[in-house]
Amino acid sequence: MEKRPVDKFLRIEAVAMTFQTRNGSFAALRDIDLTVKKGEFVTLIGHSGCGKSTLLNLVAGLLKPTEGLLICAEREIAGPGPERAVVFQNHSLLPWLSCFDNVHLAVERVFGATEKKADLKRRTQAALALVGLMHAEHKMPHEISGGMKQRVGIARALSMQPRVLLLDEPFGALDALTRAHLQDELLKIVAATGSTVVMVTHDVDEAVLLSDRIVMLTNGPAATIGEVLTVELPRPRDRIELEEDARYHHHRAAVLEFLYRRQMRQAA
Amino acid sequence: MTSAIATLRPFAVNLEPEVAAANEPATRSPAAGPVATLDARAAEVVAAKAVAIAERARLRRGRARAIVLALLPPLLGFALFISAWGLFSQTTGSLPSPAKTWTSAVDLFSHPFYQKGPNDQGIGWNILSSLRRGGIGFGFAALVGLPLGFVFGRFAFANAMASPIISLLRPVSPLAWLPIGLMAFKAANPAAIWVIFISSIWPMIINTAVGVQRVPQDYLNVARVLNLSEWKIMTRILFPAVLPYTLTGVRLSLGVAWLVIVAAEMLTGGVGIGFWVWDEWNNLNVEHIIVAIFVVGIVGLLLEQLLLLLARRFNYD
Ligand SMILES: Nc1ncnc2c1ncn2[C@@H]1O[C@H](COP(=O)(O)OP(=O)(O)OP(=O)(O)O)[C@@H](O)[C@H]1O
Ligand SMILES: [Mg+2]
Repeated sequence: MEKRPVDKFLRIEAVAMTFQTRNGSFAALRDIDLTVKKGEFVTLIGHSGCGKSTLLNLVAGLLKPTEGLLICAEREIAGPGPERAVVFQNHSLLPWLSCFDNVHLAVERVFGATEKKADLKRRTQAALALVGLMHAEHKMPHEISGGMKQRVGIARALSMQPRVLLLDEPFGALDALTRAHLQDELLKIVAATGSTVVMVTHDVDEAVLLSDRIVMLTNGPAATIGEVLTVELPRPRDRIELEEDARYHHHRAAVLEFLYRRQMRQAA
Repeated sequence: MTSAIATLRPFAVNLEPEVAAANEPATRSPAAGPVATLDARAAEVVAAKAVAIAERARLRRGRARAIVLALLPPLLGFALFISAWGLFSQTTGSLPSPAKTWTSAVDLFSHPFYQKGPNDQGIGWNILSSLRRGGIGFGFAALVGLPLGFVFGRFAFANAMASPIISLLRPVSPLAWLPIGLMAFKAANPAAIWVIFISSIWPMIINTAVGVQRVPQDYLNVARVLNLSEWKIMTRILFPAVLPYTLTGVRLSLGVAWLVIVAAEMLTGGVGIGFWVWDEWNNLNVEHIIVAIFVVGIVGLLLEQLLLLLARRFNYD
């Protein structure tokens, strides 16, 4: 459908973000330029507080940049919308709705106009099944663990079949086993749907395992893109086979080098 | 067992070491197994069981003690209060004694719903008509106050317009509104309802507005990403998020309404607990006035507890 080539699906052009706070203005991001291809998986990595969530919220349209322009599918990002689904860093489930209803709210919004009630219900259950939570559909958010809440948040985003999936440390609160399982699921879902993904993470292994490109941010304030690493590992990727792959370790080392040598975090 | 200890802890901390000591022989006995003969082990098991039973009895006794400890201070308080009252009534002679008040209360409540003309009705009727009057005034206040609170919370401009007026009118004594009501409605009963309305509306407006302003940004972000309609935002996000605040406002308002009603009825007359108090004062029946004070207090307490129960139902954490 796009007239322009698909390799400029999401464009971030000369973006800067300055927050007006009580103690004056705070420059969080400057000179951000990034282009994401359709179907590409990009992770943002950097130390805590450098501005990863800010950049993701700019793409989501939840924040407006103080300078520059963001474009998605040839249209300026003027505000948030269901075609750019967000998994929030703190899950953001509505505590008065059951897990089912939390997901259903999103499904209803996106497909309610065109599909029958039974189909909406089926979609909701399918999304919950995808994250392994069919058994908890009638539970309220306060009755489930932190990891389960995060999975409901992921189910809610996936259920909308967004063009761009924005994930803010979606696996941060999970134990290692669940995290590995959901990473694999995410890889499968993305391969099947061809979604474009922008994901924030702290975790170097996760970044290398999942991404086509890793965008490394410098430390704030006024953070910017320090380096972009293209991950040249064939897909589908298998976490156990990757352990044997020299390129995997090479990429890991490159990211670690950036984070812990070049962007050593100053003791606060 | 652990839960019993946990519930006991706030009341009787000294119980804990006792229980822990009782636990020890029971948990250690299996380790002694290999060296002991079968008989010795059997004896040990029996002994352990006896210890466990004794411990359970001790726990039970502990629980009973905790209940007694919890009830003791309020009961002692009541006893002191009533003796002070009795002493006071005996020395001054003007106040009826607790015993006399009790007999007249029993007498009053044995025929709560008699009717002998408009000015002589049972205490049950008086309570009910006060509750009805309060309910109507409070209901109108909720009908007007809650939507206003929503509007002031959601639109900063409206809030800036209204807040100086609210700050000005809120501290006005309820009875100062009575002449306005009498003038507007030209009748006593609607004027009393008006006073209840105007004095109980403020907590509902203010609490609802604050609740709307404090809806977490996270929830609003969800609404924005999903691009929900205004209606869905209202029903699925704002309304449930604000409900706990609103219920606090409702509880405060109901308290005010009940507080004001006695005063308003004293001035306007008719049937009602406030009017009844005034009537009994004219009859110089002080026992009945004291009974009325207790009745007003108890009804107020029950209303408050009812709303607290409701609020707990809508607490999402
Ligand atoms: N609304 C805001 N107003 C003022 N400052 C803000 C605001 N949002 C973020 N900041 C500041 O911008 C900087 C980047 O914040 P951001 O949340 O994007 O960091 P992050 O990289 O996501 O950190 P983390 O990994 O801990 O989630 C921080 O210094 C933060 O204090
Ligand atoms: Mg963040």
